[in-house]
Amino acid sequence: MEKLMAALKAQIVEQLNLQEVKPEDIGDDQPLFKDGLGLDSIDALEIIVLLQQHYGIRIANPEQGPEIFHSVRTIAEFITAHQTAK
Amino acid sequence: MYIYIQGTGCVSPQETAAGNALPATVSPWEGARLKAWEPDYKQWIDVKLIRRMSRVIKMGVAAAKLSLQEAGVEKPDAIITGTAYGCLDDTGVFLSKMINQQEEMLTPTAFIQSTHNTVAGQIALMLGCHGYNNTFVHKAFSFESALLDSMMILREGRLRSILTGAMDELTNHSFNILSRFDIYKKVPVTHEQLLKSDTHGTVAGEGAACFVLGTERGPNTKARLSGLTTLYKPAGKAEISADIDAFMAAHNCSQSEVSLFINGRNGDASGDEWYEHVENTIMAGKPVATFKHLCGEYPTAASFGMWMGCRILAEQQVAAAAMFKGEVPEKFEKILIYNQYKQTHHSLILLSVC
Amino acid sequence: MNSNVWIAGGGVICGIGNNLPECLEAFKRMEPGMAHMEYLHSVHRHTFPVVEVKASNATLAEWTGMPEHISRTALLSCVAAQEAWNSTGLGDISQYRVGFISANTVGGMDKTEDFFADYLQDTSKGHLNQVVHHECGAITELVADAMGIRHHISTISTACSSSANALMYGARLLKNNMVDVVIAGGTDALTRFTLNGFNTLMILDPAASRPFDDTRTGLNLGEGAGYVVLVSDALAAELPATRQPWCRLSGYANANDAYHQTASSPDGTGNFLAMQGALEMSGIKPEDIDYINLHGTGTQNNDAAEGAAIARLFAPEYPPVSSTKSFTGHTLGASGGIEAVFSAWSVKEGIIYPNANFHKQMKELPFAPVTKFTAGQELKHVMSNSFGFGGNCSSLVFSKNAQS
Repeated sequence: MEKLMAALKAQIVEQLNLQEVKPEDIGDDQPLFKDGLGLDSIDALEIIVLLQQHYGIRIANPEQGPEIFHSVRTIAEFITAHQTAK
Repeated sequence: MYIYIQGTGCVSPQETAAGNALPATVSPWEGARLKAWEPDYKQWIDVKLIRRMSRVIKMGVAAAKLSLQEAGVEKPDAIITGTAYGCLDDTGVFLSKMINQQEEMLTPTAFIQSTHNTVAGQIALMLGCHGYNNTFVHKAFSFESALLDSMMILREGRLRSILTGAMDELTNHSFNILSRFDIYKKVPVTHEQLLKSDTHGTVAGEGAACFVLGTERGPNTKARLSGLTTLYKPAGKAEISADIDAFMAAHNCSQSEVSLFINGRNGDASGDEWYEHVENTIMAGKPVATFKHLCGEYPTAASFGMWMGCRILAEQQVAAAAMFKGEVPEKFEKILIYNQYKQTHHSLILLSVC
Repeated sequence: MNSNVWIAGGGVICGIGNNLPECLEAFKRMEPGMAHMEYLHSVHRHTFPVVEVKASNATLAEWTGMPEHISRTALLSCVAAQEAWNSTGLGDISQYRVGFISANTVGGMDKTEDFFADYLQDTSKGHLNQVVHHECGAITELVADAMGIRHHISTISTACSSSANALMYGARLLKNNMVDVVIAGGTDALTRFTLNGFNTLMILDPAASRPFDDTRTGLNLGEGAGYVVLVSDALAAELPATRQPWCRLSGYANANDAYHQTASSPDGTGNFLAMQGALEMSGIKPEDIDYINLHGTGTQNNDAAEGAAIARLFAPEYPPVSSTKSFTGHTLGASGGIEAVFSAWSVKEGIIYPNANFHKQMKELPFAPVTKFTAGQELKHVMSNSFGFGGNCSSLVFSKNAQS
C-alpha cells in the first residue's frame, strides 16, 4: 500500500503538471480536490486516464470520481480492491 | 465619440514585457525564427492555473495584465481577442497523441486548451469578468476584426472599457510546416539585414499585444484610435492607394498631418513592393518606421505595430532601431500604420496623440 | 445607428436534411438523425452515434462547384450559404456590399488530421494541400471566394456559441452601415479531433442524446452549417412582395460565465446574463417570449445550468422550450447558425420544434420540453441559446414586427 501510494503521488504530479508540488508533499489522506490540493473536474478526468494507463482500471462513469479520488489512500484502496477482484 | 487607448501591453521577441517600452537595443536573433522574450509569468498568474497554460495563453494573459495595469482598470466591460492560429501547441499535442495512440487513452487537458477562445476565456475567468467576450480567428484580419468589434461596441455607448488584443504562437510543428510553404528566408539574415535583403521570404515571429480601449481618457492615456479599415485581396497597388486616400479622407486627415508612417515591411521582396509603392506615392516624403525585424512575421503582427505606434505617441520618441527612412520628426501627432499579410489581407490603422 | 436588422432568408445543412425544407420534414416526422458513422473514420465508430450529413464530399463538391479535396467544413458552409442567399431573392450578389461572417471551431482539421498522420512519421512528408486550409479563417475565405464576396469577411470561434456571435457582429456591421447585407452563421464538419476531445471529457452519449431529460448522460456530435441573411431597413424595403423578411433579429447579448474552463456554473450565471441582455435589447419582458430554442446539449452540466437560468429568469410562467440538438446532434461551431435559421423560421411560420427522446422531467426543474411538432401558431418573439466552453454564452431574440 505504501509503495502504491508513493507511486500514485509521483504519477499525479507528473500527469497533472503540478509545478511547485513534490510527490512527498502530498499527504496520504489529504483531500485532493477543492481546498486540499486544489484539483478540479478536469484533473479528475486526467486521473481516470492515469488509472487506465498504469493500472488497467476503467472508470466508465465520471460521477464515481469524487468518491474514489478523495485522497491518495482512497485511490490506492480502489486500485487494490479492483486488481484483487480481477 | 473618441476612442482612447488607455493602456497597452506586449509580449514579443523584444523585451517589451519588462518595461512596457521598446528597449533601445534590439534583442538579436538568428535564422528565420524569432521567439518571444518571456517574462516571469508568475507575477500575474496563479501557479495553479499556470500548470495547464501553453505559451500563447501565458503571453496573452501577460499582455492583458500589463495593459489593464497601465489603464488602471481592474475589470474591463468586455474582452475581445484575435488569433489566427489559436492554441497551436495544445492542438499539436492532442493531435499527435490521438494519432500515435490510435484514439485511445487520451486526456482532456490539451483538447480543452486547444480551443481558440481559451485566452479570452482564461482572462475572463481570472478577472471574474462576466461581460461580452468574443474571439476572432480570421487569419491576418483576426486582430483588426477584434478592434473593429470593440470600436463598434464602444460607439453604442453602453460600455466604457474593452480589453482587446491579439496573440499567436509559433511551435516547432507550425514552423516546420510553414517553412515547407517556402515563406521564410533560406539564407540566414540579421535584424539589420532583413529589410534590405531584397530576396524572397521573411522570418517567422510570434507575440501578444493587448490594449484597453475606452470612451474616456484614463490616467495614462496618450493616444486615440482614430480609424481602422481592412481590404481583402485588392486587385493591385492602385486599389490600395485609393483605399488609403478614402480612409484618410473619411477621418479628416491630410497627408501633411501624418507625422510617421509605420508599415509592415518584412524583407520579402515582392511583398515589400506594396509598402514601397505607398512610401513613394501617398506617403511620399514621410518618415517611415517598421517593426517586423523586431517581432517577425505572423498573421496578427499588426498588433505589435499598433503597440509600437502607441508607445511612440506616448513617449514622443521613436527607437532608432525602428526607423527605416527619413528624418525623425520633432513631434508625433498622427501615425498611420499600413500592414499586409501575404499580399492578401491589408489593414490601415490611424492613431492620434491626445 | 438604431435601424432594425431583418432576417431576409436562411439556409441550413445538417444530419436531418440538406436544406431547410428537408429539415422541417424530419421534425414533422419525428426523425432524429443519429446513426453510425459513415464518412468519418474513427476507432469509435461502433461506440458513439453521430449525426452526419448524408452526403459524401464528392456530392457536396458537385452541389457547390467547389473542389472535392478541400475541407468538408468549407463544403458544408458553401451549401448552406448558397441556400441562404438564394432564399432572399436579392439576386446578383455583386451589386451589394456584402459581409460574410462565418464561425467554426477547428477550421480544416478534417484534412489536417490526415496530413498529421504522415507528417508525424516524417516531417518532410504529408501533402501540403491537406494543411493549407487549416486555419479557421481559410474555411471562410474558400466560401467567400466561391460566392464572390470580398467587402467584409471575418471568422469567429468561441466554441459552441461561435455562430451566435457571428450574427451579433454581422448585425453591428449593418448598423454601422459598413455593408448592405451580411450572411452570418457557422459551419463545422465532424472530425476525429473533436470526437476524441469530447470523449476525453466523458460527455458523449453512446445512445441517442436526451436533452433536458432527467436520465440524460451526454451529447451526440453532429455536423453541418447554417446561415441567415441580415439586411437593414433600407434593403428590407426593397425586397419583392413575395420574399418579405422572415422576421427581425431584435436582440442579442453575449456574456461570460467566468466560472470554469469547460463547465457551466451551477446556477448558469452566464446563461442568465446572456438571456437577460438579449431581452433587454429587444425591449421585451420574459413573458413576451413565445418559444426558446435551447442550447440543450444533453450533458448533465449544460442542461442543469441552462434550466436553472431559465427558471430564475422566467418564473413563474415558462414558454414552450425544446432542443433541436435531439435531432441534429451538437454541431458545435455551426449550432448557433443552424438554430438561428430554425428560430427565425419559427417566428415566420409559427413553428415550435419538438424535443426528441424526452421521457422524464428533470427533477430540479419546474418545466419540461415540448415533444410535438406544431405549426401555424402566433409567435411574436423566439429566443435561441448558444453556450460554450470558455464560459462563452450567447442568446439571440427573433421578433415578428417592426419596432414600434
